[in-house]
Formats: sequence, structure tokens, C-alpha cells
Amino acid sequence: MSPRSDPETEATGADTASDPQRPSDHVDGSGPGDAGINQPKLGFVGSLRFFWRQLTSMRTALFLLMLLALAAIPGSLVPQRTADPNGVVQYKADHATLYPILDKLQVFDTYTSVWFSAIYLLLFVSLIGCIVPRTKHHWQALRTRPPRTPVRLTRLAGFRTVAVQPDAMIDGTTGIDGTTGLPSSEHAVTRAMAILKRSGYRVERFGDSVSAERGYLRETGNLVFHAALVGVLLAVGVGGGFGFTGQRLLVEGQTFSNVLGSYDSFNPGRWFQQTDLKGYNLTLDKFVTKYEERNLDALGQALDYSATVTSKEKGGESTTSRLGVNDPLHVGGTNVYLLGNGYAMNVTVRDGEGNVAFQDVVPFLPEDANYTSTGVIKVPDALPDQLGMVGFFYPTASKLASGAYTSAYPDTQNPLLTLQVYTGDLGLDSGVPQSVYTLDTKGLTQIAGRQSDTASIALEPGQTKKLPNGAGSITFDGVKRYVSLDVHHDPSQAWVAAFALLSTLGLLTSLFVPRRRVWVKVVPRKGAEHGEYDLEYAGLARGEDPNLERAVADIAQRHTSDLGVRMPQ
Amino acid sequence: MTTNLATYSVVLTYSAMAVYVIAFISFALDMAKRSGEVTAAAKNAGADSDDAAATASVGAARSAKTVATVRGGTVVLEPVAAPPANAGGSAARGTKFERVGMAMTILALVLHVASVVLRGIAADRVPWGNMFEFSLTGTALITLIFLLVQFWQNLKFLGVFITGLTIILLGIATVNYWVPVVPLQPALQSYWLVIHVFVAIAGTGFFALGAGLAVAQLVQTYRQGRTASGKLRFMATLPDADRLEVLTYRVLLVGFVLWTFTLIAGAVWAERAWGRYWGWDTKEVWTFIIWVVYAGYIHARATRGWRGARSSWLALIGFAAVMFNFSVVNVFFKGLHSYSGL
Repeated sequence: MSPRSDPETEATGADTASDPQRPSDHVDGSGPGDAGINQPKLGFVGSLRFFWRQLTSMRTALFLLMLLALAAIPGSLVPQRTADPNGVVQYKADHATLYPILDKLQVFDTYTSVWFSAIYLLLFVSLIGCIVPRTKHHWQALRTRPPRTPVRLTRLAGFRTVAVQPDAMIDGTTGIDGTTGLPSSEHAVTRAMAILKRSGYRVERFGDSVSAERGYLRETGNLVFHAALVGVLLAVGVGGGFGFTGQRLLVEGQTFSNVLGSYDSFNPGRWFQQTDLKGYNLTLDKFVTKYEERNLDALGQALDYSATVTSKEKGGESTTSRLGVNDPLHVGGTNVYLLGNGYAMNVTVRDGEGNVAFQDVVPFLPEDANYTSTGVIKVPDALPDQLGMVGFFYPTASKLASGAYTSAYPDTQNPLLTLQVYTGDLGLDSGVPQSVYTLDTKGLTQIAGRQSDTASIALEPGQTKKLPNGAGSITFDGVKRYVSLDVHHDPSQAWVAAFALLSTLGLLTSLFVPRRRVWVKVVPRKGAEHGEYDLEYAGLARGEDPNLERAVADIAQRHTSDLGVRMPQ
Repeated sequence: MTTNLATYSVVLTYSAMAVYVIAFISFALDMAKRSGEVTAAAKNAGADSDDAAATASVGAARSAKTVATVRGGTVVLEPVAAPPANAGGSAARGTKFERVGMAMTILALVLHVASVVLRGIAADRVPWGNMFEFSLTGTALITLIFLLVQFWQNLKFLGVFITGLTIILLGIATVNYWVPVVPLQPALQSYWLVIHVFVAIAGTGFFALGAGLAVAQLVQTYRQGRTASGKLRFMATLPDADRLEVLTYRVLLVGFVLWTFTLIAGAVWAERAWGRYWGWDTKEVWTFIIWVVYAGYIHARATRGWRGARSSWLALIGFAAVMFNFSVVNVFFKGLHSYSGL
């Protein structure tokens, strides 16, 4: 840097060497460089460069940010396949004409759609294009010494001048030149350097003046923030592919093994391999719900779900632990979450020939807050005809005026199971997969229920009732609780968290660490007889710095009191 | 016992609202009086209704002795001409109406906080477990932040905006969102409820303050653009547009940092409760949108040609999204965050 006489040029950041480099349309940036009217025609490379500069400009980043916010909105208006698959099915049924159009536009997969991805990828390319040169520039700036002190400090922020003359001296100060009775200018400069250095400034001496700069961390933080965001994106995009999520419904007493076949549903990441599943067993010993019993406004509201599980890793010992909402279980490299629960019916069905055709626990799905639940019992082994039953379970049955049952409380105070019974071919041998929660009654004959002569079969635990037409009997052996578990493995999670934390730290430093320059200058007085001189102080903000004036005043205060010079009020 | 406390809480809420209304009226009268003051000051100065003179005489006395101006992205603090003697005494302490407004706001906040505390004791947990409680605590925090910020900057002119907003929000909350005290559902029983939601409320408070400043900034920009206009005279007593712009930015920065923290804390909690840290749930989407809009605001402010009115508009869009996220998304959108209790 060559010395300049114009402080204005200095102040507006013409010394780009230690300026944080910004895109040209940044308010602190260099401004449009080649804004000539007769611009030469751009060649191919020139066009690319032009395009690149456009992409990495502030305006484009701003535009892409706004576009990203806008593009995220549709995903909140319309159910998403990942978060709410049933909602999508419902939407299809409700909006038959609109659905195909929206589906074509990938609105039901907004956040993995081509257009949403395009926006955030462009945004990140723009971001990388911005931070890479800035990082390079900042790396150099970190090794550059503070710039030369401007010749005139008067027009800079916080400018003040302190006269060093005999009547300004406080008695009994040290470091005073014996002949003049004043601190020497040499002493003043050395002390200023020491004080600034102690305050975290990088200090450089230019003759009788000190030039100091601090707050390089501001730009570092800014770069870390943006780079960590790229890190978050990479960790999510790449790391997510190594994980998996699986769901499994587990009735009390049942054991689940962590192998692919024992999951009810399984969503592997792109790079998942079966060998990633570590072997372990998990048994549900007990599941208890605690209900609100005193507060009349919330009677029967669940207060706590608590599952007792025993897990055993391969070659390890079995351990019993609690699994609850907000309290997942960590086992075999996976996290097991308690996401749902319900009642399962323990039933035995004897067929027309008196043989036990079915004995199992059948999970029923809760339909309302009081756990009125529905489920299906399929008995393909019954003879002479297969049996199918559609069941309703009421944990606390109460009869409505219409004669229908309803559940009045979610706990099993008066449990009742009602069943509509069908006979015929269940169609299980056709090879078409069927849901265990629905019964296709097409081609079946109802033998108990509204469409038949016999009423639905109602059973309390322990009861056995005969099926009509000599089709056999059914025993309701009892009710068990079940839980639906989500098993997750996501090796990238820790990375995402680390990058998010890093970006927050970067954000804090970039926003709240001020970057500023401060100058202290000794100005000898013309014709001074006793070595009198003036001390000048001034500062310059590099970016947002609301406390600059105060900081300069503080430095001046400390310096003068160190020298034993009285500050003019 | 519980019901009694909850009832007292509601009574206190209504009392607080009544006092807020008094505060609001006082602040509004203060604004009206400022118009008169400006005219008087201008006459005293012997000038016609020249804006610059008015600003110098009253504005300077009222606000700090220095004014920050923005030049090429660097904030330079410049001393303003010393305040004339006649504007010294009363103006520096604020008008009588302003002081009444502040006192009433403090009184209302005391009642308001008592109502929040009683609700919390009645429920035996943090008082932000459903939408009503969130509104109740949120408005209290907005007012508290408004009062605390006065130690840092004289932003009393935002009193009209803040008390008005608080009255409207409390009105909506008591009429539409009120629910009896019920225990927390298991999904909400976590210390993250304390952290995540509280930080979200605090962030909302700063966004509200920022929105008020952005409105003032826009009005001031409009007024300054029409030099000869005699309209909106009271605005002459407020800081100028550039200064308001800087204040908006600084308040919103705090909001943005808190919102970032809300986002991250929410992700950590979601991981514990639902097994994934991010799932594009409707509430997550809107929290993200708000974050992106305010990130956009910060970038806009650093973009040549966008600082000032344009970025103020962005700040208002951001606050609109905050309000939308709180009201419409909570009540009408289906998602995992269905804790409105309605």
C-alpha cells in the first residue's frame, strides 16, 4: 500500500488488500467493475464467466433464497408422501381432477422434487462460488499487516485529540521524560501498541503512529457459517443413504429380531446393505399407559406411555430397560422409538369339525381417542369353509341409545369384542398380497352381523360363543397391549448435528464480533518549546459496528490514563 | 384449586388487557402531541414547517446525541447539531403521555406476568403447552422485550405498535384459543419443551419489535421522500430512516439467531420424540420458510440497492410468515405439531 493523503479514500475501503472480499453487488463490495457502455462482445469463456459472476452475486443469492422460501410453501398445503402417505391417498380420493396435475408437478414430493432440488442446488453452487474466493482472500488477509495510518484522522469515526502538555499531567506518574516533564512520544507509541495488543488488536507501527486492526474472526465466522451449511447439506444428502428406518408392531410377550424379514415395513437408504443390520433381539415384556383420572377436563387423557423391553445383543447379556415417548432405546447401533400403541385380541377359533383352526393375538387399530379399535381375524384353516371376521373392540364398552356400542374410556374397564363373521373363500391362495387389517368381503357370506339373521357376536374376555350354522366356536382369551416401534439407523446424524452447531457458532461470531481499525497518532506541535504534542485517536468500521465510537473512546481513555495525561472532558 | 387458579389467571389477563388499552391510548396521544410539538418547534425556530429544522430541534433532543448514517455499508456515527435549549427538559424525558404509556405498559405487564405464572401453577408445568398459553406467554415476552430494549435504545415510539399488537393477540387468544388446563400429552413431556418453545417465543418477540421498526422505517422513508409534505409530522420526532434501518437490522439479527436456535433445538427434539430430526412436517416447513426469509433479509441488507425500504418490506414479509405460522398453520394445517389444544 502506498501512503495516501486522502482519508476519504482510506475510509471507504479502497485498500482492498485486507478488506473482506464480497460479490461486486455487496454494499461493501468493489462495485461494478466494467460498467462501460461499449462492452465488447463476450466470447464463450467470457459468457461463462459472466454467468458465473451473475450466479455468485448477492442479488442472485437473494433471489434464490426467496424462491426457496416460496417453493417450500406447496409442501405444507398438500400432504407429502414421506410424512403423510395416507393423506396423499385421501387427497387423491377427494380431488380426483386436481390430483394428477399436482402429482405430475411432484407437489406430493415437494422436497425431493426436481424444481425444489434445482433451487437449493443452485443456491448452494452460488454459495460455494461465493465462499471459495472469499476464503482464499481471507487467508491472505490474515497474513497481511494493518494498513498505513491515514495522514489525517479528523474525519474518521470517534476522532478525538488529547493535548500532552505540562498542565495536563496528573501528578506522580511514571515514565516521564526528565527534561520535558512529559511522557516521550516514543513512550506514548509503545504504550499504545501494548494496550491495543492487549485488547486483541493486530498492531503495526508506522513512525509515530500505530495502526491496529481487529475482528478477523468476523469474516472467519461468516465463512464457517456458510461452509457448515454446505456440510449440513452433504451430510444429509450423502450420509442419509447409509441409514435405514423400519417399523415393527410388537405385542406383549413377542420378540423381534433385527433381521430384514422381521420388519413389517423397511425403508433402506441408497447404500444400505443387509450386513449393516446388527443382530439383536427385543422382547416387549409389558406396556402400560397412565391416564388422567382427576382432571375432569382431560379425563382419560394419556399421561405416560411406558414399555418395558428386554434386549439382547448378539453374544451379549440381556438387559431390561424402559422405552417411552421422548425416551428412545439405543440398541445394536439403532435407535428404537415408541410411536404408537393399541390393543391386540387373543382369540382361539375352533372350526365346524371341532379342531383348533386359529390361535393367535390379533392387533386391532385404534380409531378414536377412547381406543375403539377395529381389526380382522382370518381363519384360512377352518373346515369345511374358511372363516373371516371383522371385529370391533371397545376397552370400556357402553351402549348407545341406538343399540350400537361405543368406548367411553381408553383403559380396559369393561372390555368387549364384537365380531361380524363371514364364510367363503378368503382369496389368500390367489397370490395377491392382502392387508392384515382389511377383509375383502366380496364373495363371502355373512353368517353373523347386520346383513344376516344372527346378530354380531359379542364377547367379554374368557367367553366362548358358538358360531351360527355350525361353523364352529370362538373364544376370547383376553386382551394384550401392543406397541408400534420405529427402528432407525442414521450414521450421518452426528455429522448433521456437528455441522449445524458449527454453523451456529459461525453465525454468532460473524454477527457479533466487530471488525474495526483503530489508529493512535502522535502529532508534534509546531514550535513546541517543551516537547508538547497531541495524541490523536480514530477508528474505522469494517462492516456493522455500532460500538466503534465507544471502543475508540475506551482506547483513548486507557492510553491517556496509562500515560498520566488528563483527558479533556 | 387448579380451576380456581386458572380462573384468576383469566381475570388477570382481562385486567392486563384493560391496562394495555390505556397504555395504547396514551402512546397514541403522545404521537398526536408530537405533531403539535414539531409545529411549535418549527415556529420557534422561525422557520416555516421545514422538516430538517424540526428534526434537528426535537428529534435530536429526544434521541441520542449522535446519529448513525450508512455510507457504503459502513456505519459512521456522526454528531448531530446540539439540541436547542427550548427542547431540552421535557422532551428528553418524553412527553407526559409517553410516560403514562410506559408506566401503564409496565403495570399491564405485571398483571400479565401474574396471569402467566398462575396459569403455569394451575397446570403445574411451563405455561406454553397449547396455543392459548403460547399466546399468553408470547405476548408477555414481546412486551417485556420492548421494555428491556429501552435500556439499550429509546424505542418508546414503538409503544403504539407493541401495545396494539399485544391487545389484538391477547384478544384473539382469550376469545378463540382459550382451553381449560389439561396435562401435557406424552410427546410434549420433555425438557426440550422448555428450551425449544421458549426460544421460539423470544425470537418471535424480537421479530415483532423488528416489524414495528420496519414499519416506522417505511413510513419515515415515505415521508422523507416528500420533503414539502406537512403530513405525518410526528414522524419528525422519530429517528431518521437510515437510523431506523440500522435499528431494525440489529433487532432482527437477535431474532434470527434465536430462530436458528429454535430450528436446531426443534430438530434435536424431533429426533428424540419422532425418531427423525427433520421430516418436512408443516410446522417444520414454516419454521424453515421464516428462517430463509430472514436470511434473505440479512442478505438483502447487504445487497446494493436493497438496503432501506426494500429490505424493510422483506422484514415485514418475514413477520407475516411468523404470524401465519403461529395462527393458520397451528389451527388449520395437519401435522405432527398439533398441540393447539383446540
